[in-house]
Amino acid sequence: MRSGRLLSPEKTIEGKLLQKFRGSERLTDRLAAVLIKGCAFVAIVALVLIFVFIGKEALPIFTSPEVRTEADLGKLLLPQPERGFVWQPVSERPAYSILPLLAGTLKATIIAVVFAVPLAVAAALFTSEFATPWAREVIKPAIEILAGIPSVVVGFFCLMVLAGWLQSAFGWTYRLNATTAGIGLSLAVIPIVYTVSEDAFSSVPQRFRDGSVAMGASRWQTAWRVVLPGASPGVLAACVLGFGRAIGETMIVLMASGNAAVLSWSASDSIRTFSATIAAELGEVVMGSPHYHVLFFIGAFLFVLTFFINLTGQWWVGRLQKKLRGGS
Amino acid sequence: MRGVSLALLVGALVCLCFAGCGGTETGGSGERKVITVKGSDTMVILGQRWAEEYMNKNPGISIQVTGGGSGTGIAALINGATDICESSRPMKEKEKQDIRARHGKEVKEIPVALDGLAIYVHHSNPIQSITRAQLKSIYRGRLSNWRELGWENAQIVTYSRENNSGTYVFFKEHILDNEDFAENVQTLPGTAAIVNAVANDRRSIGYGGIAYSSGIRAVPVVGKEGGEAVSPSLETVQSGKYPLSRNLYFYTAGEPLGHIKEFINWVLSDEGQKTCDQVGYYPLKKQ
Repeated sequence: MRSGRLLSPEKTIEGKLLQKFRGSERLTDRLAAVLIKGCAFVAIVALVLIFVFIGKEALPIFTSPEVRTEADLGKLLLPQPERGFVWQPVSERPAYSILPLLAGTLKATIIAVVFAVPLAVAAALFTSEFATPWAREVIKPAIEILAGIPSVVVGFFCLMVLAGWLQSAFGWTYRLNATTAGIGLSLAVIPIVYTVSEDAFSSVPQRFRDGSVAMGASRWQTAWRVVLPGASPGVLAACVLGFGRAIGETMIVLMASGNAAVLSWSASDSIRTFSATIAAELGEVVMGSPHYHVLFFIGAFLFVLTFFINLTGQWWVGRLQKKLRGGS
Repeated sequence: MRGVSLALLVGALVCLCFAGCGGTETGGSGERKVITVKGSDTMVILGQRWAEEYMNKNPGISIQVTGGGSGTGIAALINGATDICESSRPMKEKEKQDIRARHGKEVKEIPVALDGLAIYVHHSNPIQSITRAQLKSIYRGRLSNWRELGWENAQIVTYSRENNSGTYVFFKEHILDNEDFAENVQTLPGTAAIVNAVANDRRSIGYGGIAYSSGIRAVPVVGKEGGEAVSPSLETVQSGKYPLSRNLYFYTAGEPLGHIKEFINWVLSDEGQKTCDQVGYYPLKKQ
């Protein structure tokens, strides 16, 4: 605009147009700003409202005497006489121990992270340190596309194909189990861990590498002893974010885990996770029943868990970026 | 300039949303009557086939059939979100009361077809029959090895449906006498998933509608101790000889009227009942 004025704006076509629209432009600019700000706030308000709604529905576990006779915090967490830890919500004598579900969720998530992290970090190290630009152009989008595969498709693949392979390879009794689900989940986790750690590797200052190579280190030594430690907080943050993604994933575990609420240490037992339990049972549950409130309690628990895990991950990434910027 | 187009875009989007929400099926060219049918996953195929044939004959009618489980369908009927509810289990007294309370009308129960609940095993499984008591022991976790049924020494892997399914309720009531499933019973979303799992796992056992039984074997079932083993078939299901047969129902809130009544009458006619056979269910016994 300013340059337009210097060239005597009334003479040029651009200037004339500008003059014509200047008034309305300022108005629409402001309108757009308000609109965009509004959209941003809607997102935040939605988040808060969702949490308030879930929290409200979970509250009777603590407050309503009627619900508490069937399911209070002690019944959810402590072993019950004769039955121990049992998740049996549709029953003559309902039992709502969430420990088998917690164990199942953690088993699947940890297996997913254990599978995904080495693969994803190695792939990220390769693309950022060793790959030719051409290879990077292929590998990076390919891994990121993995994140775009609908999880129901991944779940279906696990149910139909992967479960059979793994069973014939390891001779498991249960075709659908924690490991099958965990490996399926790792497909959803890999893109996140890859993307975040790739960013972490690329934000390691070039002079670190130059210095290392100048000292006579090979490229491999540079990558392994200089770049990887330098980016380690970022890689750790990637793992945390991957963990957060895996713990809330629903469709893959619903299809590939067998959904039997078994409390055990074995990775080849069938599991039932929090998310799959909500997905499978909330459709049928009687509104206002103890079962209904327990499902919302699980939802609130899952929400808080993923929220803090993601928050920690984001905070870690932020700290790393600040540190590296300050150092260079 | 950018501001203007952005504002226009957002405005257009908002308009589109409202238009989408407010749009009805009755607008535009002529009246097109819509019937919504929702419920049992077991009955989805059957309902869709009925809908297709009926719509071919009556172009003015549009029938939308969706699944989700009997419980989901009944909930939809209570909430007034569907015209007809398909259910593979009889409605509970509590649910009938809910409808009375919500709509001030009695529930109309219409048996529309018969189904036999098949017990699936892998096609290589040699066992000749299974008793009701054995089934109960297997799903209660008391009987866990195929050796006890006269086959090889291998653990029995059990599959069941999720608890929003009418098939689940039927099995729990008729086989388990309402006791709980063992905790290591694996539950899968949908009968198709169970059939697939059983077809891929030679030591497994599962249950579901007969219509789905392709690629697996349905074991003959012994109802009472010392009785004969009966395979699910037209005669055995219609005569009630097969121990795991059941009615499949349509439910409506109040007496069905107008085009909904016409559709139900057609379903109950010889022509509609013929469709049951084609998709693997059984027509009702002629009165």
